[in-house]
Amino acid sequence: MTMTHENGHWQDEVRRVAQGIRRRVLEHTIAQNGGYLSQACSSAEMLATLYVKVMRLGPSIAPKVPPPFPGVPSQHNSAAFTGAGYNGPHAPDLDRFFLSAVHYALALYAALIEVGRMAPEGLAQFNQDGSTVEMIGAEHSPGLEVTGGSLGQTLSQAGGSALARRLRGETGRNWVFMSDGEFQSGQTWEAVQALSFYRLDTVGVYVDVNGQQCDGKMTEVMNIEPLTSRLEAFGARVFQVAGHDPDALAAPTELPPDGRPLFILAYTNACAGLPLLESRRPKLHYVRFKSEDERQTFASYLAAMN
Amino acid sequence: MEILSRVHARKLVEWAKDKPDVIVLSADLTGSTEIDLFREAYPDRFFSMGMAEQNMMSFAGGLAREGFYPFIHTFAVFIYRRAYDQIADSIAYPNLPARLFGFLPGVTTPGGATHQAIEDIAVMRALPNMTVVEVGDATEVETLLDAIQPVKGPVYVRMLRGEIPRLFNASEPLRLGHARTLSIGSDIALFSSGICTEEAMRATRVLRERDVSIQHLHVSTHKPFDDPAILDAAARAGYGVITMENHTLLGGLGTAVAEVMAEAGLGKRLVRIGLKDTFIHGASRPYLMREYDLDALALVRQVERLLGASLHITESDLAAVRLETAHSEAKAEAL
Repeated sequence: MTMTHENGHWQDEVRRVAQGIRRRVLEHTIAQNGGYLSQACSSAEMLATLYVKVMRLGPSIAPKVPPPFPGVPSQHNSAAFTGAGYNGPHAPDLDRFFLSAVHYALALYAALIEVGRMAPEGLAQFNQDGSTVEMIGAEHSPGLEVTGGSLGQTLSQAGGSALARRLRGETGRNWVFMSDGEFQSGQTWEAVQALSFYRLDTVGVYVDVNGQQCDGKMTEVMNIEPLTSRLEAFGARVFQVAGHDPDALAAPTELPPDGRPLFILAYTNACAGLPLLESRRPKLHYVRFKSEDERQTFASYLAAMN
Repeated sequence: MEILSRVHARKLVEWAKDKPDVIVLSADLTGSTEIDLFREAYPDRFFSMGMAEQNMMSFAGGLAREGFYPFIHTFAVFIYRRAYDQIADSIAYPNLPARLFGFLPGVTTPGGATHQAIEDIAVMRALPNMTVVEVGDATEVETLLDAIQPVKGPVYVRMLRGEIPRLFNASEPLRLGHARTLSIGSDIALFSSGICTEEAMRATRVLRERDVSIQHLHVSTHKPFDDPAILDAAARAGYGVITMENHTLLGGLGTAVAEVMAEAGLGKRLVRIGLKDTFIHGASRPYLMREYDLDALALVRQVERLLGASLHITESDLAAVRLETAHSEAKAEAL
């Protein structure tokens, strides 16, 4: 749903939310002496654009402060729930959101807070025993509805949901947030193949192409480029966009679907908005400060952001 | 004994007629897994997923989350070996009602090690939330779908295809969690599963003539494995317990029976017939059953071992047995 911010354009709201994501994740990383910081830097505008501009979602139907972990799903546990309610109710005409790159969970929680779907104190439960606000999110975590931590599985699961929704005559779209590393995995390509074959154009995928993975630079770990032409060869509709530009991020979603699954490749900088992080290259996957001095430097930067 | 052909193919079409939420997924083995008739009858509910099992499993998870019952059909090896991670995370963890029909168990295919599912029960049994069922005859193939439909979580079915004997009376359907009592006796408790039950019935006929008294139970539910009839039979066995399965000895029926006996403190001898921690190779079913000691003669030899006596039973004695469709002895017992 197109949300025009009361005091300006939606682009301003995206920038505010994106800055809030970076600030909250940096604050958390400093407090915990570790965190998935670069993911927040690269994805802040993408998540903000999704929530502010792209996705048609109803208001959250989940508790503002995430409830404790209800136990794993089983026939003996009727209390199990998913975190989908933070993205509003399931309804035929409303969109769904699937976070595939669940190592971005902290960035997503921060986004949910910035758009008013989760209480700020919810983040205090992050990575705490007995909490649903898990470090690597799973289906019970706020904003999540499938368990994708193994990576490369969520696109297929979203495809199954999209197929089911089409069989039921539902019109809502199904947005998936992926990381570029997941395109090293065979299942991802099996999924793209099936989405194309069944013309599931209600599936829209945002890919954070930050070129980084656990071992370092992707071009040195296992190259996936040229991603655009590879995806096009599989039958996808692909847009390569500047990943920190709200207009560029949102524009492809305005086009009427044409039968092909939509892929928006957001080329991003894993240190965007936090130039200090550049010193940590090439290993950006998980940032743990090497010294108290370094932590203080980041803390000073945070103080200047507020 | 009656031999039936393409039992699942016909049954699935009939059974799914009034169940619009049942969707069939195929991985390029539509004829080979007997879902071709379903495809013809309900083309809108049939989805060809190609030779891409990982995606198929996670897709099934998505379909199940939205309220459908995805019925996955392929060879068993391609289910649990090729896509285990996807089964675990996309289907089993969320306890979704997907049905996984795995064909070609063990020696039933000459396709060689790549096609022979020899450790599927062990693997699927270890997965939380998974129900594991194995059919042993045409009656069980016919009645399986009704039996598992109430299960809210995922079900793995070790399936049979093609020409299948009717060992059990057609009026006695497969019941989840209930073993079938095929003969009553007190010398030996015998638990068999899948295609081994037919071999076991052949042997028990001859053994009975030699005055060996055998309590024979056919087991179709591998998990949950909580039928009290198992422990009751084992406790009554004078000489010991034998298990017989078309599966590796590690983690299948023999293991499950051992667990039940040990936990109950039942100090009896247990002889497990099955694949002795080995892969097998491409050859005919009778050849493989003889080669790997899974047949009626193998059972006779193990009975002799437990009894400590030779019964002078030959292969031709066993081959001469003409099996009839059996009524469950449990029913008579209940009367």
